[in-house]
Amino acid sequence: MPLPTGDIVGLMVDNLERRSSVFPMSTRRATKWAKGLDIPHGGETVLYTGAMYQLLPSITAMVGLLERVEDTFLTRFVFLGRWANKLVNLSAIAARPARADVERYAQVLRRIAQLLQQAGVRFGYLYGDDMYAGALAYDSGVDGAFADHARRVHAMLQKRGVRKLITVDPHTTNMLRSVYPTVLDGFDIEVKSYLEVLAAAGMAPLRTVERDVVIHDSCVYARYEGVIDEPRVLLEGAGYKVREPANTREQTYCCGGPIEALFPSRAKEIGSQRVEQLREAGADGATTMCPICLAALTTAAGGSLAVEDISLLLAEAYCPAP
Amino acid sequence: MATVQVDLGFAKTVATSGEFNAWACMNCGVCSACCPMGIELLPRQLFRRVVLGLRSEVLEQADVIFQCLLCRACEQNCPAGVHITENIRFLRGYIDREVFGLDRRYRLALRSRVEEEEYAAADG
Repeated sequence: MPLPTGDIVGLMVDNLERRSSVFPMSTRRATKWAKGLDIPHGGETVLYTGAMYQLLPSITAMVGLLERVEDTFLTRFVFLGRWANKLVNLSAIAARPARADVERYAQVLRRIAQLLQQAGVRFGYLYGDDMYAGALAYDSGVDGAFADHARRVHAMLQKRGVRKLITVDPHTTNMLRSVYPTVLDGFDIEVKSYLEVLAAAGMAPLRTVERDVVIHDSCVYARYEGVIDEPRVLLEGAGYKVREPANTREQTYCCGGPIEALFPSRAKEIGSQRVEQLREAGADGATTMCPICLAALTTAAGGSLAVEDISLLLAEAYCPAP
Repeated sequence: MATVQVDLGFAKTVATSGEFNAWACMNCGVCSACCPMGIELLPRQLFRRVVLGLRSEVLEQADVIFQCLLCRACEQNCPAGVHITENIRFLRGYIDREVFGLDRRYRLALRSRVEEEEYAAADG
């Protein structure tokens, strides 16, 4: 029996309405990555993570749990989990993220902040107010709950006097830049991905890295937001030889990640197809710029292909050695 | 011969939403050819059923509607410029509200908006 779509979407929406995120986590965990980086609180320009990279380890753990439930009699009892979750934050208890994953995704955020610092960009961070942007609710079609949440995020940004947002992942970029203005009156905050900011800054590498890397474009960056050349410009500027897989740029191929919570087995099939295309490009490793792609491709590759976030590759060349 | 039933309420919801646009679809099949999910998910067939108001046939495809990756490979290549992913999101919203019972306040708000428009239209 397939997983019950209504209960799983319902659980995420309950969480968004009651706890402001689809998979709520403590502020301490969401902001731990920034420790020791001396990023000022708030300001007109802020680095906005939308908690996506921080959420991924929890989502991966939850998907692992759902994968074990999929096609068993247990699917009939998922509704009980939804009701219990209304009382206690079950999604945080039921699936504990792997420590290595938590560290891996925190490292990505640290590298992004260091790259921006290295490029001379002045920015702050909202720490406890760095709210999830609502992409999963929007994608699931829950428009009312999504619009309510977007209003809460907008009110917070206005209260904190934010004028420019530097985003770190394609989904948050798309929500804030292209979707919020369609559902909110007077949303006029400038939104740019850190890749766009870095590419425009014209950074010079501190050292060049001579490696072949195959690039996996995020569907949302490539087809929704037109962010295609920036990662290539930055990688090539760092010395990498960028290889293109069979489906690339505007014709990129999905990693399967968007449906992993509802259809884990199908998601894995799509991920494996993409990993095969990436492997055929014959590079030393693959890189991507989206936390969902990073998680899905890492799982699908299962060690057969090294997959790394682009921020780590760029930091190797543009940042001082840690 | 199999019979199909048109649901006028569903057809009206689709027609008045302003969000569903598949009338330009010319059934060329490019979307199906591009879809990573393969032949299970055929926007052109699904959307034809929606446009015809075949509610029960559409609801039978609920799993397929939620399997869409929203990756836009189809939309990127659609020669008729159909906003395929927006249409899928519209159908998800309909199922969320009318089948799963989610987003209740929004559902009521949408209903009262449609009623107000009908009153306004009747007043001429």
